[in-house]
Amino acid sequence: MASMRDIKRRKGSIQSTQQITKAMKLVSTVKLQRSKQHALNSKAYFSYMYNTVHEMLAKAGTINHPYVTGNDSAKKAVIVISGNRGLAGGYNSNVVKLITRGELKKEELVMYTVGKKGREAFNRYGYELAEDYSEMIEAPDYVDAMRLCATILNRYRAGEIGEIYLAYTAFKNTVSHVPTLMKLLPVDHDSEAVVDAEDKVPMNFEPAEEEALELIIPKYVASIIYGAMIESVASENGARMQAMDSATSNAEEMIDKLTLQYNRARQGSITQELTEIIAGAQAIS
Amino acid sequence: MADDNKTFELSIITPDRTFYEGEASMVEFNTTEGQIGVYKNHIPMTVIVKPGVLTITGDEVLKAALHSGFVQILQDKVTILAEIIEWPNEIDKARAEAAKDRAEKLIAEHASTTDIVRAETALQRAVARISVLK
Repeated sequence: MASMRDIKRRKGSIQSTQQITKAMKLVSTVKLQRSKQHALNSKAYFSYMYNTVHEMLAKAGTINHPYVTGNDSAKKAVIVISGNRGLAGGYNSNVVKLITRGELKKEELVMYTVGKKGREAFNRYGYELAEDYSEMIEAPDYVDAMRLCATILNRYRAGEIGEIYLAYTAFKNTVSHVPTLMKLLPVDHDSEAVVDAEDKVPMNFEPAEEEALELIIPKYVASIIYGAMIESVASENGARMQAMDSATSNAEEMIDKLTLQYNRARQGSITQELTEIIAGAQAIS
Repeated sequence: MADDNKTFELSIITPDRTFYEGEASMVEFNTTEGQIGVYKNHIPMTVIVKPGVLTITGDEVLKAALHSGFVQILQDKVTILAEIIEWPNEIDKARAEAAKDRAEKLIAEHASTTDIVRAETALQRAVARISVLK
């Protein structure tokens, strides 16, 4: 049996780790509240934007525009939104897995990373990396999203990139975060939206549809990227809160076990001392 | 049907917040095709915003500087998806004036290196901000 001193030392170290995880949990809980509110405030804008663009495409039918028809380039750009820090359970690795599980061919991809952890992982796996935008995730700003969007759209228009994907973690609620891979461009118009659109009043566009599309799509892409960033931040904090919560309770469990061991060892040593004293006393008498 | 109710639902949403939500009888703003004013029962239309003054006429008249976004007009509902929009009290007048001077200078010099479209947008934005404050 381990000595009393060893057990005590071990317990002490676990206790201090527990203090850290507890503090981290509290911090991420506060951050989660804030980012969750932020995500909720923004949701209206994004769902409206998404619906409008898809409705527009559905109604417009066949628009001959590169944003819809695509171009010939085989290259695919992927914007990956992960965290800058670890200790958030599977948050970072789940987003990375979306890409590495292999639906998209590695050779065709070029990664635009937002978040250090994602960048490190893709670097390790040998993916082609484009610019790094990790600082954006600290405090997502719409202007940042517009900048990232402008860079990528320029390459798309120049024909260097054929498709644009976005990998992020959707925030469903505090405990459920879903890693999501979505195609940004060329915009897919699904048949569901077409059926919906037929019921609605015909929409006029000013300027004409193609020109309007030219102006709206960059806004659409920027807002989707921004929305993804905000949701990812909320998910990251949620994931970290959960991870730290379970770390804290695991530490609690270990401490309980060690306390029991420690008490047993203490009892054992007292019993032993007593037997020794009694034995000594008997020897004398 | 006599329709005494001349107001429609107006909501202005930005990526970060719901900027305005309420009933209005008229809303005016600048689009790529020029200044327009929208009353109730306008034909359904989607228009693209150009920097300018947004005027909401409801119980009272509100003004704001609307810089970019697009507007979806339905008969009884107008939704403005604004990327950038500010109430007058959120505008820094000195900064707007400085931006205006800078943009005007850039356009006047017309150097080959300047992005004229960008300078013009910056000018429009600065002018919109200043005119909202007046």
